[in-house]
Parts: sequence; structure tokens; C-alpha cells
Amino acid sequence: MCAVCGCHDVPTFDAKPAMLPFANVLAQPAKPLFQNDKHNYHYGKGAAEVSVPGMSQARLIEVETAILSKNDALAAGNRRVLTALRVLALNLVSSPGSGKTTLLCRTIEALGDAPLAVIEGDQQTSNDADRIRATGAKAIQINTGKGCHLDAQMVGHAMDDLRPRPNSYLFIENVGNLVCPAGFDLGEDAKVAILSVTEGEDKPLKYPDIFTAAKLAILTKIDLAPHCDADLDAYDANLRRVNPKIDILRLSSRTGEGMAGWLDWLKTHLAAKA
Amino acid sequence: MHEMSLVEGIRAIVEDQSHTHAFTRVTRLRLEIGRFAGVEKQALEFAWDEVMRGCVAEGAKLEIIVLPGQAMCFDCARMIEINDRFDPCPLCGGGKLLPQGGNEMRIKDMEVL
Ligand SMILES: Nc1nc2c(ncn2[C@@H]2O[C@H](COP(=O)(O)OP(=O)(O)OP(=O)(O)O)[C@@H](O)[C@H]2O)c(=O)[nH]1
Ligand SMILES: [Mg+2]
Ligand SMILES: [Zn+2]
Ligand SMILES: [Zn+2]
Repeated sequence: MCAVCGCHDVPTFDAKPAMLPFANVLAQPAKPLFQNDKHNYHYGKGAAEVSVPGMSQARLIEVETAILSKNDALAAGNRRVLTALRVLALNLVSSPGSGKTTLLCRTIEALGDAPLAVIEGDQQTSNDADRIRATGAKAIQINTGKGCHLDAQMVGHAMDDLRPRPNSYLFIENVGNLVCPAGFDLGEDAKVAILSVTEGEDKPLKYPDIFTAAKLAILTKIDLAPHCDADLDAYDANLRRVNPKIDILRLSSRTGEGMAGWLDWLKTHLAAKA
Repeated sequence: MHEMSLVEGIRAIVEDQSHTHAFTRVTRLRLEIGRFAGVEKQALEFAWDEVMRGCVAEGAKLEIIVLPGQAMCFDCARMIEINDRFDPCPLCGGGKLLPQGGNEMRIKDMEVL
């Protein structure tokens, strides 16, 4: 049941800015930020402008505040909840179409009855959450509207409704985008970068930030490698060049090759949370 | 990085500060941006005019202070300073560098009326 309106469908998070472009980003946590309209959350603007008596002289204010500090604080809150529940939260990042949802569906099937939940981020449609729900898993779709990444506030609200079970997996599929998801902490344990062999060996060099921020890179669609002359070792070398500490796995969601290594990685990291 | 989102973040902080410090206008704002933060100065300035319109920082002068990029060299295990993300280690010539500092994106201070 939806915790917000009591309905029985899983709600869609509609983060489409109501008035201002990108108003959803980094909005203030303390004030009510969205209005519930049946199944949709509309992210809006916080406080209205307050007029203050003018000062006659210019003065300097030391701010010393990180630009993403609001997001970081909300992410830290998410992380506290996830740590207390011993939930392993993974933020799946990649370019559009590299195979995130397909990998998640295969993973859910392979994990059997291990408790897990999924948060899906896309600009539009609930296609991906529908695909996840078809496997029997719990999923919430967040539509970011114009926004090109998930932020910690959206994920926090989705967590409130998903109520992840203790000692479970929380998979967060970010909006397909190799750029800004690197800078927005969601409170996850690790970013997992998915890179398919059709994208080109130089992607880690072209978009280094996301691969530097990732703990694990999954080189996927390896069944296609012979068809597109992919050089898998070159992918590895470029990934290690931008992140010497990165874990790398190779797999195909289509044939199942390499899935065992990914499942081991998951189980090891979940056990480490206990 | 997404400059539009960043300026939205700056605007939210500036508006907060306008309540706590009681000012009505920002005339100048200084940002500290790390060399590896991936922020494009031009894109930031473009987004600045767009996003700040109608708020206390409309028309404020934006100054950007670039902070050095630091990295850990996995070949010689020392901390080094580099200008470009893909520069080799200046001490040993190694190429396996993990950035340590240089991702900063901070509002340093602002001049207000
Ligand atoms: N051959 C092959 N195709 C794959 C594999 N994994 C995914 N695909 C195909 O790649 C296409 C995109 O897969 P998705 O799982 O939707 O990709 P995504 O990353 O979730 O896409 P967005 O959410 O839109 O960014 C689909 O046609 C999949 O069938 C794989 O391992 N091998
Ligand atoms: Mg998808
Ligand atoms: Zn974005
Ligand atoms: Zn060195």
C-alpha cells in the first residue's frame, strides 16, 4: 500500500519541476517540498522570498559551504538508515541502453528469494519499474522530468515507501548518463558502472569521473564482443588508468556467462554489511 | 558535471544565507572549484544568468578560484600535484593516478548589500 495516499498501486515519483527548471535539485529538506497529487510527487520550490530591511554598506560573508552540501547531508541520512538496516545499496550508473535493467532482471532471478528492492530512475515512463515488477520484485519508479540524475532526496522518499528489509539488497538504477550521477551521492555503499562492449574502449577516458567514483565496473554484453571487434583488455586498461583501485567483472546478461562472479561480489559485499 | 544543477545548488545556499544574514542583494560571489571537478567555466556562467534571475544574486559577479588537482600515484605511492587529469606522475612518470583532491566545489564567500 502506498504510504502517502493509501492507494494500492506503487506510486510514481514525478520530479518534474513545477515552475522553475531544476527546482527539484537540492531543495531544502526541512520544508515540505512536494505536493502529493494521487500517485505523483511534484517536486517544487521551497520557501518564498522574504523581504529584509536593506543594508547600506557592502559586507563580506564567509560561506565556506560545499555546493552540493544539501544533497550530501541527505545522502548521509540515507546512508545511516541503510547501515542500521544492514542493507547493501548499489547505485547503477551507465550510459543509456548499456544493459542496467536487463542485468537487474537476471540478477533478481538468480538471487531467488533473497530480499531486495529496486529504485528505477528515468526521465520518463515506468517501463523499467514494470520490467522489474514482472520478476516479482518490489520497485519504485522515479521520473526526473528534465533532471538528468537522481538525487539523495528522491531516493530518500522512495526508501520511505519501499521500506527495505533488514539485510537485503537495494538496487538503484540511475538515469542513463555518464556525467552528473558521478557528483550526486545517494547514500549508496558503492557505485557500479555498467559499460557494454558496444560503447567503445575509450569511454573511461572520455568520462573519467563516473569510473573514478565507481567501486566496480561491469563490462557487459560480452556475447557481442566478437561481432564488434571489442578489445576487452583495452577496456580493462582504460578503466584502471582512471581508477587503479576499481574491481572489474565481465559478463553477458543474455548468455549468463560471468553471472556467477557478479553474484559472488554481491554476496560478499552484503555479508560485509552485517 | 551538470552546471545548471550546480547553480541551482548555489542559489539555494544563497537564499538560505539571505535569511540568516539579512541581506537583499549579492554583488559578488567567489567559488572554489577543484581542477578535476569537471566544471566548465563558460557553462557555469551561462547557467548563472539563467538561474539567478529574480533572486538576490541576480547580476552578481561570479569569480572562480581554481584549486590544484592532487593525486595518489600507484607506481611510486606518493601524493603529487597535476594540472590535467591524464598527466603522468611528475616524480616517476607513472600513469596510474587516483585523484585525491581537486573535486572541490565550494562557495568561499560573497559580498552583499
Ligand atoms: N546481446 C546482449 N544484449 C543485451 C545484454 N544486456 C542488455 N542487452 C540489450 O540491450 C538493450 C538495452 O538494455 P536495457 O537493460 O534496457 O538497458 P538500460 O541500461 O537499462 O537502458 P536505460 O535504462 O534506458 O538507460 C536491450 O535491447 C537489451 O536486450 C547482453 O548482455 N547481451
Ligand atoms: Mg533501464
Ligand atoms: Zn544531472
Ligand atoms: Zn609516481
